[in-house]
Amino acid sequence: MNATEDPRWFRALLALLAILTGLLLLALPLAAVFAEALRRGWDVARAAILEPDTLAAIRMTLIVAAISVPLNTVGGLAAAWCIAKHDFPGKRLLLVLVELPLSVSPVIAGLVFVLVFGLQGWLGPWLQARGIQVIFALPGLVLATLFVTFPFVARTVLPLMQDQGRAEEEAAATLGASGWQIFQRVTLPNIRWALLAGVLLCNARAMGEFGAVSVVSGHIRGQTNTMPLHVEILYNEYQFAGAAAVAALLALLGLVTLVAKSVLERLSGRRVSGAEGAPMRMLTVVSGGLLLPFVQV
Amino acid sequence: MSAGPALSPRARRQTAIPGFGLAFGITLFWLSAIVLVPLLALLLRPFELGLDGLWASLAEPRVAASLRLSFGAALLAAALAAPLGLLLAWAVVRLRFPGRAVLDAAIDLPFALPTAVAGLALTALLAPNGWLGAPLAAWFGWQVAFTPAGIVVALLFVALPFTARTVEPVLRDLGREAEEAAATLGASRLQTLRRVVLPALAPALLTGFGLGFARAVGEYGSVIFIAGNMPMVSEIAPLLITIRLEQFDYAGAAAIGLAMLLLAFGVLLLLNLAQRALRRGLA
Repeated sequence: MNATEDPRWFRALLALLAILTGLLLLALPLAAVFAEALRRGWDVARAAILEPDTLAAIRMTLIVAAISVPLNTVGGLAAAWCIAKHDFPGKRLLLVLVELPLSVSPVIAGLVFVLVFGLQGWLGPWLQARGIQVIFALPGLVLATLFVTFPFVARTVLPLMQDQGRAEEEAAATLGASGWQIFQRVTLPNIRWALLAGVLLCNARAMGEFGAVSVVSGHIRGQTNTMPLHVEILYNEYQFAGAAAVAALLALLGLVTLVAKSVLERLSGRRVSGAEGAPMRMLTVVSGGLLLPFVQV
Repeated sequence: MSAGPALSPRARRQTAIPGFGLAFGITLFWLSAIVLVPLLALLLRPFELGLDGLWASLAEPRVAASLRLSFGAALLAAALAAPLGLLLAWAVVRLRFPGRAVLDAAIDLPFALPTAVAGLALTALLAPNGWLGAPLAAWFGWQVAFTPAGIVVALLFVALPFTARTVEPVLRDLGREAEEAAATLGASRLQTLRRVVLPALAPALLTGFGLGFARAVGEYGSVIFIAGNMPMVSEIAPLLITIRLEQFDYAGAAAIGLAMLLLAFGVLLLLNLAQRALRRGLA
């Protein structure tokens, strides 16, 4: 035994502990969802999913994702393109602002829209006078989802865009290409796998979001209920098998996303980081720029 | 930031890529409409109560208890996630065993699993008749689900990938050279781990702790299934926000939200300063 290698028994113990942690904390909860869903048989699970309220919730989830994912893809691509391919003052601040939703509790993400559009919100009376419903309706669900999924596309494509530099875009510019042509013909093909991964992560979060959507939905069955919210409703009504069946569908969505992500990682040859480091990066920038001059002696 | 090092800033400006105006316009419009203006409401509306009213609404025992629970449970969960995340990262990077690739992929599971699913799953597992809940109750008399302990388990679940995935790349880059050098200088394995490996990983561990905490403190979906949600005992701050909203107490709800945001940034700022001190100590 020397100082670079742990003893054999110690390595075995660590591996065992790691496997145990993975089993207890990661695998077992996943297995529990599927076991719970199928406990009373396949037919009960199928019936729970084919129930009209559940189908309405599935439809609502698909509609919300179909509206918010494309919108945030456009916004995220625009933000990433500005940050990676151009120079302008306040660039780091823009990056911080783009990542801001990741540091905010989902419930607060829903809350802010109630504060603006709710009955006693800033625009509430104005909207009510015109009969426009935002909160407790589809627009509110979409807005809350847009807020929480805002950073996903930008954060997944940005590192790749930055690594690729600007030489190709600059060459295209010298040859007289317009901004849109450069983006469409040069930048976009270079980032296609990362973009697809970003869209998938954005979609998974949009379909699975609970807290933000819960605040603005009003939980009207068959109308403003999404799949994750329907899980809670069924659970609170002690329909555990039904709740678990809908949850199992959502778990499948998560698993498919996970597999697709790792395939795309292999295709693009790099690890896709969702946007996990954001809160700390923000604090580094904020404390570095604003607070440290006062704190540091 | 990423342009070739040969280009001076001026040369870069001369070959500027067109199309900035439109892209920047879209970005700013989208950012303001979806994120900035709504967050402005969170900053302004609590003050409708006046400063005294704001303070009174936050000092209310039920609000104070929920904030204490949310921050205490999140700090505890992040503190548990740090060593477990280190263990998982170490196993994935340094060890070879059957199932390592599966474990590597499984670490991301809490990122990908919707929070409501995680909450339902952990509750089913830890309920008094669950796979883990039943033996825990029979052998130790512990009840985890529907108590604050259940909240910590749920938050540990969501925080775990943050610590593991923050430490992992640092561990991968660390290489064996420093350890080999320590070995040649006559250090024992334990000394090497304590004096060489751990200090190199400490900043990443601290970052992972901060990220895990930031995620856990605002977590809602996975917690409300398992918490039991008893006022003063197992009621987290985000839940109290939704209750205030249902009572149409917008300013009160916004006050709790603002307090959560400011407290969380305070904790992260402290961590950030600690990390700088740590880095300076290493340099």
